[in-house]
Amino acid sequence: MSDEIRLGVFLGFGMITLVSGAVVALARTIIYSVFALLFTFFGVAGLYVLLHADFLAATQVMIYVGGILVLLLFGVMLTHKIATVQLRSASMQRGPAALICGGLLALLLYVIFKTPWPVKELGPATPTVQRIGRYLMTDYLLAFEVISVLLFAVLVGAALMARRETNR
Amino acid sequence: MKEWVDGLVEGSSLLQSLPIEVSYFLAMVFFSLVAVGWMAICALFFVWLERKVSARIQSRLGPVYVGGRFGWAQTPADALKLLMKEDLVPESADRLLFNIAPAIAFMATLLTFVAIPIGNGLVIADLDIGIFFILAVSSLGVIGIIMGGWASNSKWSLYGGMRAASQIVSYEIPVALSLIGVVMIAGTLNLVEIGRGQAGGIWNWYLFKSPFLFAAGIVYFIAALAEVNRTPFDLPEAESELVSGYNTEYSGMKFAFFFLAEFANLFVISAVAVVMFLGAWNSFLPWQILPGPIWFLGKVFFLVLVIMWLRWTLPRLRVDQLMHTCWKVLIPISMVLLIGVGVQMWLFPGN
Repeated sequence: MSDEIRLGVFLGFGMITLVSGAVVALARTIIYSVFALLFTFFGVAGLYVLLHADFLAATQVMIYVGGILVLLLFGVMLTHKIATVQLRSASMQRGPAALICGGLLALLLYVIFKTPWPVKELGPATPTVQRIGRYLMTDYLLAFEVISVLLFAVLVGAALMARRETNR
Repeated sequence: MKEWVDGLVEGSSLLQSLPIEVSYFLAMVFFSLVAVGWMAICALFFVWLERKVSARIQSRLGPVYVGGRFGWAQTPADALKLLMKEDLVPESADRLLFNIAPAIAFMATLLTFVAIPIGNGLVIADLDIGIFFILAVSSLGVIGIIMGGWASNSKWSLYGGMRAASQIVSYEIPVALSLIGVVMIAGTLNLVEIGRGQAGGIWNWYLFKSPFLFAAGIVYFIAALAEVNRTPFDLPEAESELVSGYNTEYSGMKFAFFFLAEFANLFVISAVAVVMFLGAWNSFLPWQILPGPIWFLGKVFFLVLVIMWLRWTLPRLRVDQLMHTCWKVLIPISMVLLIGVGVQMWLFPGN
C-alpha cells in the first residue's frame, strides 16, 4: 500500500474515532453516547489494523463492542423511564470542568511532544498471534496471571452482590 | 485475494496500465458484492427450506405453486414484495437509530461471510486470525438488535432487544470456550489451516480426534443456536410473548435486512461448525472424491437441516432456564473440556 493511501485511510479512521468520540462526550441523549462509542471502538480497531496488529483489532472489537458496549447498553436500558425516549444527560459546573480538561489537554500534549517515542518503520505484515501467545506465557506471565486473578475476584464479587439483592 | 489480483494483473495489459491500488480497490468491491450475493442466496434458500421442512414435519406441503415446482420462487417473490412495501417508521421512534439498526445487523453477518473458506484456499479474506475474527464481528449483530429494539420505542421490541443482549452476551462464552480446544489442537486460528489439518479421512476430523472435542462440538452447536436466536432459544423474538420481538415495528426492506441476517447466520454457525469440527471441505474417506466446495456445502446443508428439525421439534425455553443452561451447564462443561484437551495434549504430545 502506498504512503498516500495509508495516510488517507489513517485520516479516515482517525476522523471516525474523533467525531464519534465527540458525540459520546457531547450527545444530550445517553443512548446516543453509547451507540457513538461503537464507532469510536471501530475507528480504533481500524487504526490497529493499519499498524498490522490484526489480533489486537479483533480483540478490541470482541471485548469492547461484543462485551462492554452491550453491558453498557444493558445498564442504560435498565435505568428507569427507558420506555420514554427522552433520557437526557445534563452538563453542570462548566467552568471548573473546562479548566480541568484544558489542563489535562495541555499536560497530554506536553507529554506527547516531549517524550522520545521509539518510532520505527512499519515493516510488512507478519503473523502476530503466535508471538503474542508466547510472550503472554513467558515474559508477561505474571501480569497475565495477576489480571486473571483480578478479573476472577471481580466476577465473584459481582455474583455475590447480585445474589444478596435477590435474597432480601 | 492479493495473490489472485496480482495474478490477474500480470495476465492483463489493461490492468497493468492502471495503478495497482485501483486493481485492489476494484477487487475489494467485486468480492464484497460476491459476499453480499452469496449471503442473499443462502438466506433466500434457507427461508424456502425452512418453510418446506416445517411443512413436512407438520404433515403439510408448504409452498407449492410459485415458480412451477416445489414453490422454489416463493422467497424471491416474498423478497420482491418486501422491497416494494411502504417504508414505515413509527411516529415516536428514534428515526436515526431505527434506520441504521438493520444495517448494523446485516453488516455483522456480512463480515463473517468474508472469512469463511468454502474450499481449500477458497476464501475471500484468508485471515491469520480467522476464527477469532468471526467470533469478534458476529458479536456486533447484537448491537443492531438492541438498537432496533430500543429505537422502535415499543415495549415488545425493547423486551426483545434486552433478551437478545443478555442471551447473546452469555452464550458467546461457551461458543468461544468450545472452539478454543480445536484451536489448541490445530495450533492456528487460520480457518484454511484448520481445514487442511483435517485432511485424510473422517478419523482426522477434529470432532473425532478426541473425546473432549466431540463433547466440545456438541456444546458449540447448542450455544451457537442460542447465539443466533434459534429455537429452542428464540426468546428475543418469541412470537407468542413478544409479537415478533425486536423487529416488531419494522416493515419492508428494513425488516428484510434483519430477516436476511438471521437466516444467513444459520449458514455462518453451520459453516464454523463444519470448518472447526467436521473436516471442512475434506471427504470422510482418505482421498478426495468430489470437489471440496461440494463436501463443504453438503455438510453445512446437513447441519442447517438439523437446526430446522430442532426448531420444529423442541419447545422454547423459559428465560431462567436459558440462563441456567448457559451459566451452570454449558460454561462449566466447556471449561472442563478445555482442560481435558490440554491434558490430552500434554499426555500424548504430537498426536
